[in-house]
Amino acid sequence: MTNGTTAVHESHLATTTGLNHRKLLMWLFLASECLFFGSLIATFLLYKDASVAGPQPHEILNIPVTSTSTFVLLTSSLAMVLALAAVQRGDVVSGRFWIFATAFLGATFLGFQVYEFYEFVIHGLTPKTSVFGASFFTLTGFHGAHVTVGVIWLMSLFFYSFRHGLPAEKSLDVELAGLYWHFVDIVWVVIFTVVYLIGSLPPDV
Amino acid sequence: MATATGAMGHAEHAASKSGVWSWITTVDHKRIGILYGVSAVTFFLVGGVEALIIRLQLAEAESTLIGAGLFNQLFTMHALTMIFLAIMPLGAAFFNFIVPLQIGARDVAFPRLNALSYWLFIFGALLLNSSFIFGGAPDVGWFAYANLTAAEYSPSDAVDFFSLGMLVLGVSSLAAALNFIITILNMRAPGMTLMRMPVFTWMTLVVSFLLVFALPILTVGLIQLLFWREFGMPFFSAEAGADPLLWQHIFWLFGHPEVYILILPAMGIVSEILPTFSRKPLFGYATVVFAGVAIGFMGFAVWAHHMFTVGLGSIALAAFSASTMLIAVPTGIKIFNWIATLWGGSIQFTTAMLFALGFVALFVIGGLSGVMHASPPVDTQQQDTYFVVAHLHYVLFGGSIMGLFGGIYYWFPKMTGRLLSETIGKWQFWLMFIGMNVTFGPMHLVGVDGMPRRVNTYDESMGWELLNQIETVGAFIIALSVALFLVNFFRSIKSGEPSGDDPWDGRTLEWSIASPPPEYNFARIPVVHSNEPFWDQKHPELKHEAPPVIAGGTDAEAEESIHMPNPSYWPIVVGFGTALAAGLVIVHPALAAIGAVIGVLGIYGWCFEPAGPEEHH
Repeated sequence: MTNGTTAVHESHLATTTGLNHRKLLMWLFLASECLFFGSLIATFLLYKDASVAGPQPHEILNIPVTSTSTFVLLTSSLAMVLALAAVQRGDVVSGRFWIFATAFLGATFLGFQVYEFYEFVIHGLTPKTSVFGASFFTLTGFHGAHVTVGVIWLMSLFFYSFRHGLPAEKSLDVELAGLYWHFVDIVWVVIFTVVYLIGSLPPDV
Repeated sequence: MATATGAMGHAEHAASKSGVWSWITTVDHKRIGILYGVSAVTFFLVGGVEALIIRLQLAEAESTLIGAGLFNQLFTMHALTMIFLAIMPLGAAFFNFIVPLQIGARDVAFPRLNALSYWLFIFGALLLNSSFIFGGAPDVGWFAYANLTAAEYSPSDAVDFFSLGMLVLGVSSLAAALNFIITILNMRAPGMTLMRMPVFTWMTLVVSFLLVFALPILTVGLIQLLFWREFGMPFFSAEAGADPLLWQHIFWLFGHPEVYILILPAMGIVSEILPTFSRKPLFGYATVVFAGVAIGFMGFAVWAHHMFTVGLGSIALAAFSASTMLIAVPTGIKIFNWIATLWGGSIQFTTAMLFALGFVALFVIGGLSGVMHASPPVDTQQQDTYFVVAHLHYVLFGGSIMGLFGGIYYWFPKMTGRLLSETIGKWQFWLMFIGMNVTFGPMHLVGVDGMPRRVNTYDESMGWELLNQIETVGAFIIALSVALFLVNFFRSIKSGEPSGDDPWDGRTLEWSIASPPPEYNFARIPVVHSNEPFWDQKHPELKHEAPPVIAGGTDAEAEESIHMPNPSYWPIVVGFGTALAAGLVIVHPALAAIGAVIGVLGIYGWCFEPAGPEEHH
């Protein structure tokens, strides 16, 4: 998060494009992640109606529950925006509060996901059951892993802020976590649409 | 700008410039480049020995020199080693050493991330190769098609070594690619617009973008392969309704851009060498650059030509056939530009120039046989025969390897301050050029005659023995030429003729500084006015504009004002933890947590590493 090389690049060295190295790194990394999730989503689309055993998507996907968890995750993006805004104007206390709120909402989303996975296993859908199960759990599992990394990142910032503060000139540390967080949220919007809303339609519709 | 780069004090540096520890903790792009280069040449020798054993087995009909099982391991590991552990890292060696010098930068954007890329590469390579000790190497081809990779058909751990080793190597390449894109976009000297960048830097940029977009696709495929085998998730099990062709699509969606990842660095090198030794500017600089960018884009639209025989349907065949023929156009544009660069030039046949010319000649042959495969009916005849082996070796050996050797001869003086022997170099070139044609030329003939690839032997009555013996002789001629290179290398490192800073009368910025360059590269950052800034500085009479201001200043000034990043051992810790986690998955997935803990602690140590003396001011 903070290290000497990049910190000095930030403060002293004008880059050719005018964009900060680390910010550009995050954008490029997220571009790469698009292909990562794109491949997982493509696999799901190929396999969602191809299972020969176990429950079909429309028999098991629980739209009301997932709508709720989606609402929680999207709300966390709002908290993230407020966190960055607070840090940028030098308000450490609110910045810290909203960072914690973002992580808390993210963790709540993960709780929903654990519940969902548990329910699916109870109803006979495991990653081994069928190609639907394998592609569903891999896609949503990797998304959950990304949320987990985000929560750890935000909590690291949260605890870091007590020892070292979160001065406005270091707001990039928060902004980078925010870029990552919003990206993971946007991926979920796609997953919710493609996997849950479209996926829950019976195959013949 | 002169006081700009780097946070960290140089005080400690004096004490840490030599010894093993200084190499382990180095974050200097030039040293990392040398590490990449030495490792890549070492693996090139490993892959070469594998190839020689394959050739010995095939020299005789119905040979029993090695069994079919070992043969399968050898051709698989030969491909993986040459592609991922020799050609790619040799390209990375030049990206590391040369690109910052060409753009007038003092380091890469993320020096420690750069070190991490190297350590992940070396640990991933060791993981992949350790399979030879632990029950046998991958034996399913470098493309590892499902269902051959299923747990029931490949019960040993070999395929898991493949998927996990490749995952680690993928992270390494991704980190390196991100680093180079940002370095090239963000750290150019004042005045160096995109269209003033040297072509090698341009091709590095294109390759890096290809990696950023192609690697995550392979990552997903490898994860699916791993989960299929380790956890029984039926990603490629036809009986569970899965489509095994999914693997082929995913693999080649990565695999075809990978082909351009292997060739574009060599094209960049050749685009540097030809103008230097023709003593003319590169003909059609902009078209060479745009052709390279076009190849990058179109590289993502041709993958299914690897799958013409699997039954894609006529529309897909037609579309991919057309896109494959189309991608030959930008490649052809480059060839014509290189030829036009030679036209009317005062050509100097140095060893580097010979390799560059050899590249152009052999790549044309490989390109032509490649276009033949673009036609599905022709491809159906040639699929899985030695004709394809001939084609791919003309582009990867005749192309990439020739180009990279040209790069070694061209930039060795910049890296070491000494010249490689031109006499030995020319012997090496001619032996390699002849040996390569003797080895791979006859493969066209046996291929058209139907000799299947990846089969450990053939019946005497097929009449392929003579041509195979010729091929084996050719392979040993190549081995001799590589041995000459090693002699030349070790001789020149110790007692080569001092090269001076600019032995070739170069045109780009790397020749404007000392050989080998000081740690900070440029005492003063140059200001650039053209795509051949150093040439213009040396020959102001040829230009009407004001000559460019080039790096100057004394070392004493530089030592005082430039602070380079501190060495760090966190990259090797993170790299080791990551590779250990991958390796332990093979023992038991839960054990991966041990490596993961090391990796995560390494990342925390990395993030909170003291920033050096300046931070405390």
